[in-house]
Amino acid sequence: MSEKEVKNLEEIFEARISRDEKIEPKDWMPEKYRKTHIRQISQHAHSEVVGMLPEGNWITRAPSLRRKAALLAKVQDEAGHGLYLYSACETLGISREELYEQLHSGKAKYSSIFNYPTITWADMGAIGWLVDGAAIINQVPLCNTSFGPYARAMVRVCKEESFHQRQGYEIMLTLCRGTEEQKAMAQDALNRWWWPSLMMLGPTDAESVHTEQSMKWKLKRKSNDELRQQFIDQTVPQADILGITMPDPDLKFNEETGHYDFGEIDWDEFWQVVKGHGPCNKERMSARVNAWNNGEWVRDAAMAHAEKNANKKVAKAS
Amino acid sequence: MKHNHLYNYILTIADNSLILAQRLGELCGHGPSLETDIALTNISLDLLGQTRSYYQYAAKLKGEDSTEDDIAFLRIEGDYKNCLLVEQPNTHFGYVIGRQFLFDVYHFMLIEKLQHSPDETLAAIAKKGIKEVSYHKRFSGDWVKRLGDGTEESKKKMQDAIDDLWRFTDELFYMTDVEKAMAKEGIGIDVSTFKEKYYEEVSEVLKEAALTVPENKYFNKGGKEGIHTEHMGYILAELQYMQRTYPNMQW
Repeated sequence: MSEKEVKNLEEIFEARISRDEKIEPKDWMPEKYRKTHIRQISQHAHSEVVGMLPEGNWITRAPSLRRKAALLAKVQDEAGHGLYLYSACETLGISREELYEQLHSGKAKYSSIFNYPTITWADMGAIGWLVDGAAIINQVPLCNTSFGPYARAMVRVCKEESFHQRQGYEIMLTLCRGTEEQKAMAQDALNRWWWPSLMMLGPTDAESVHTEQSMKWKLKRKSNDELRQQFIDQTVPQADILGITMPDPDLKFNEETGHYDFGEIDWDEFWQVVKGHGPCNKERMSARVNAWNNGEWVRDAAMAHAEKNANKKVAKAS
Repeated sequence: MKHNHLYNYILTIADNSLILAQRLGELCGHGPSLETDIALTNISLDLLGQTRSYYQYAAKLKGEDSTEDDIAFLRIEGDYKNCLLVEQPNTHFGYVIGRQFLFDVYHFMLIEKLQHSPDETLAAIAKKGIKEVSYHKRFSGDWVKRLGDGTEESKKKMQDAIDDLWRFTDELFYMTDVEKAMAKEGIGIDVSTFKEKYYEEVSEVLKEAALTVPENKYFNKGGKEGIHTEHMGYILAELQYMQRTYPNMQW
């Protein structure tokens, strides 16, 4: 294809996106669009799958049967999200094995929030309330993103995430209405999860490398800083209802702007965790790699069995 | 308690589901593929749902403000009446499947009969559970075949698991005094009546899976009488951790 023809196709492609048409897997797309989507969708899928670990950590210790069932169901939902996001990603011409390989080798990233430890039951509440809350803010705009399979997967993901968020908040509410010990447990979880949740919305706009292109392709509708402000504005009143305090002495409502002002985020901590040196990066990665390696003989057996069955059918037919 | 036998009978059934659900819950996020992870979590959720229905009924019989959570979390080890099979560890995926399969075939036969119990609550729980357990049995049976008739390595691993777990199968058919009394009343099931059918069905699947049916004639039992393997204490340590550390709180 000549340069002119490619340029022509690109123009048609961009025009379709600006008309809010969906791009489907078999449509022509610029290579950069394909790569960017593989990167973002797989990063999202990896986050779901690695995200199963910190919460899975509490399944055997959940304090009641109702909570145990809800937590199991939630972690299972995350596996389901991983499954349809990997599938959406595969439509762009990459296999699940390749995607796992990228995760296990450290080439692909996942959300850094899952590199923090879950050390009390209240963390199950804080993750639902704050982490899923921040994720929803990031993800709702993606229901209208330009790539069809991703947009459709996100509609379902967002519905379930919003349920998880309410469930997490309800855990916090129960703790805060409970004994002093329970309320202290809730406050401690908020102290540990608040700042990492703010970091989930990504680096400040000045530092964010992908924003402009992502806006054009509707992978992003608002900047990181706008999303962060939206998250803070919606979450602070919820903490007030719980009767617990955000661990930020600079947090206060600004009558002039109509938004909450907040203190400085520790970006050194953010980059430390992104670069692989957070409290649980090594544990999360080795859990994933172990699951994959220990499961190899099982996957091989399933393939071998399927081949044997197929051969039997062929032999029967001939 | 007025319904002492019935209460204890419910526990002999429900505790199996609780402890197996707990074992499967340990695996969540660590399976060999996302698909098997989802399926095993599903089974765990089904068993947990059944457990809750049984315990809610047992709590009602017990009265005195008893709840499903008191029954699940606040007994001493000797008061748990699950069979030894379900408390065995997730040594590897072959063990997970072997344990599940050897239990599912029994479980299906048990609740198939329990559906017809004159005790309406037990019958209703069994009716609701039968579809779930039928799926569990198909899932675990299919995997026994895949692993048994897969690669050399998988065949060996599956055979090891079956050989090792076989010694816990006889206990499934051991009738405790409570079971005898409930069977006599016509409410409970005489599990010994389908022992032969159980071994036939299990052997058939093992043969189809190109595996050897163990000839071991030595069996272990005790769980149904509250005498467990060394694993049980650790299962309970995790299961009961929150309720024991923070007593008398709402979660």
